[in-house]
Amino acid sequence: MNNDHWLLPEGIEELLPEDAQQIEWMRRRLLDFFSTWGYELVIPPFVEYIESLLTGMGNDLELQTYKLIDQKNGRMMGVRADMTPQVARIDAHQLARPHPVRLCYIGTVLLTHAEDLSNARSLMQIGAELFGHAGLESDVETLSLMLAMLKKIGIENIYVDLGHVGIFRGLTKQARLNEVQEGALFDALQRKAAPEIDVLLQKFDIGQNMKNMLSQLMWLNGSRDVLPQARDTLKSADQSVHEAIDALENISLQVQKYNPDIQVNYDLAELRGYHYHTGMVFAAYQPGVGQAIAKGGRYDHIGEVFGRARPASGFSADLRALMHFATNSSRQIFGVYAPADQDDGLQTRIDELRQSGERVVRQLPGQIGDAAAMVCDRRLEKHNGRWIVTTIG
Amino acid sequence: MNKALIIALSKGRIFKETLPLLAHAGIYPQDDPNSSRKLILDTNHVDIKLLILRASDVPTYVQYGAADAGVAGKDILLEHGGAGLYEPVDLRIARCKLMVAGRVDDDSSPENIVSGRRLRIATKYVNSTRRYYAEKGQQVELIKLYGSMELAPLVGLADRIVDVVDTGNTLKANGLKPLEHIVDISSRLVVNKAAMKMKHRKVKAFVADIMQAVVDGGSKPR
Repeated sequence: MNNDHWLLPEGIEELLPEDAQQIEWMRRRLLDFFSTWGYELVIPPFVEYIESLLTGMGNDLELQTYKLIDQKNGRMMGVRADMTPQVARIDAHQLARPHPVRLCYIGTVLLTHAEDLSNARSLMQIGAELFGHAGLESDVETLSLMLAMLKKIGIENIYVDLGHVGIFRGLTKQARLNEVQEGALFDALQRKAAPEIDVLLQKFDIGQNMKNMLSQLMWLNGSRDVLPQARDTLKSADQSVHEAIDALENISLQVQKYNPDIQVNYDLAELRGYHYHTGMVFAAYQPGVGQAIAKGGRYDHIGEVFGRARPASGFSADLRALMHFATNSSRQIFGVYAPADQDDGLQTRIDELRQSGERVVRQLPGQIGDAAAMVCDRRLEKHNGRWIVTTIG
Repeated sequence: MNKALIIALSKGRIFKETLPLLAHAGIYPQDDPNSSRKLILDTNHVDIKLLILRASDVPTYVQYGAADAGVAGKDILLEHGGAGLYEPVDLRIARCKLMVAGRVDDDSSPENIVSGRRLRIATKYVNSTRRYYAEKGQQVELIKLYGSMELAPLVGLADRIVDVVDTGNTLKANGLKPLEHIVDISSRLVVNKAAMKMKHRKVKAFVADIMQAVVDGGSKPR
């Protein structure tokens, strides 16, 4: 009989001992590391009511969220597809502290559709958020922490992409585009589809100057010389647009000062998470990888729906994806192989070794496999009535 | 691989019509895909390679970064959805139209109720077709086919088809006629988002060269 009961759903992964050990090592190391930056760990629930999970996050997250009915009251619950809104809820409502709050988190999230090549639908999301401060300093801090996190697990050759949604938002406001027009332009701009952008702009009843600025926006990307170019191209744009460009430059300079090794690319038309981001957006890339490995930005309004608008800036990443790029790894832990003998002295010695943190594997009578098969490089042997650890040669 | 520029193309018309544009950008393939069985073609630049793919696979290769850039018909992009891609240039090649077609005796009215049931539309462009009829406010049944769509209305598998139409000769030869024009199609230069960010100098220069080639008509070598 053909038995495929072992088959897992598409994109649902499990971690076998070697990977599990590595990811757990990374998890401990990063949570301890976040703690040294003053970030407190929170553990939000795996499911909660859909309203709190999705409010203010836009349609994309809604489609990504598995839903189920709470049999106790008929309300709709969602399995989280992103932990950020949960952490924002914790800050805005549960903690309700007046001062800045730094929170970090790690947990499994479930997606209805895989977002990248790995095809993974169950991710291990790790992230950090800084609430309660609207200045550039907190953007600098979260971006710096994201870079430090990547370096902590040995990810090198980091490319950072920086954008600011305030640029597009400011321009569409200045052009007085309605919601439908803004949506159409947003869609074309996300794909940098120049032909479509020009067709759309032709149809809009806006000044030629405004049209030029909106059609040039998609080309404003590249290295740092794109910023003076942007100031020139967008020189008749509203003050808010220029403030956004200045903010971008300031944040970038401060972060690069302490991270001279990273490559920075600016993309003034980057609109990822446009529905909830309100300021700078950033993402980290790796050569040869078609998608971002970590991303974040500023989102100042999410707390509103929980009764308290709080400025917020943060980032997250999938720890499982990071594992593939991490060059720092946990050592394989070899153990001490103990014979199956019934011997009080042996038992005492085993207890001592375990107390001191050694991994001791007890042989089972008649078992298959030797010390090496049980991942041991030493064994306990009796010499002159004493149990001593000897290296297996 | 990171220093190289990988460009995905499909065999046939797109390849043929892209060659002059590449030539304008100073890129010449070293092999002819029609005589060679190679799927990765070298060019006169050591760091530029061409991938020869099925047309409908080009967006997937570029989206996931297996190729940095590519040439894909707008029909394929509309169907794919364009996630993870930039489409900065209309190459104005491989032009055709996405159309609804039916039998020559299809009087196309009343549109919906042919015999009191929904229209059955055979197509390989299921997403575009669904979107088109939804925008018209019409509920139709879709039948996904992979080729020879023209056959479907003739043998009663479908009432109409949605397909790309160039000269219309294939329709005519099979007793069909174009009924509704959905959208004009031409090929686009597509670019992987991460490649645009990480190799922006190389990629932007390539995009600029190709844009210039389109403006110049693609025929004159540099």
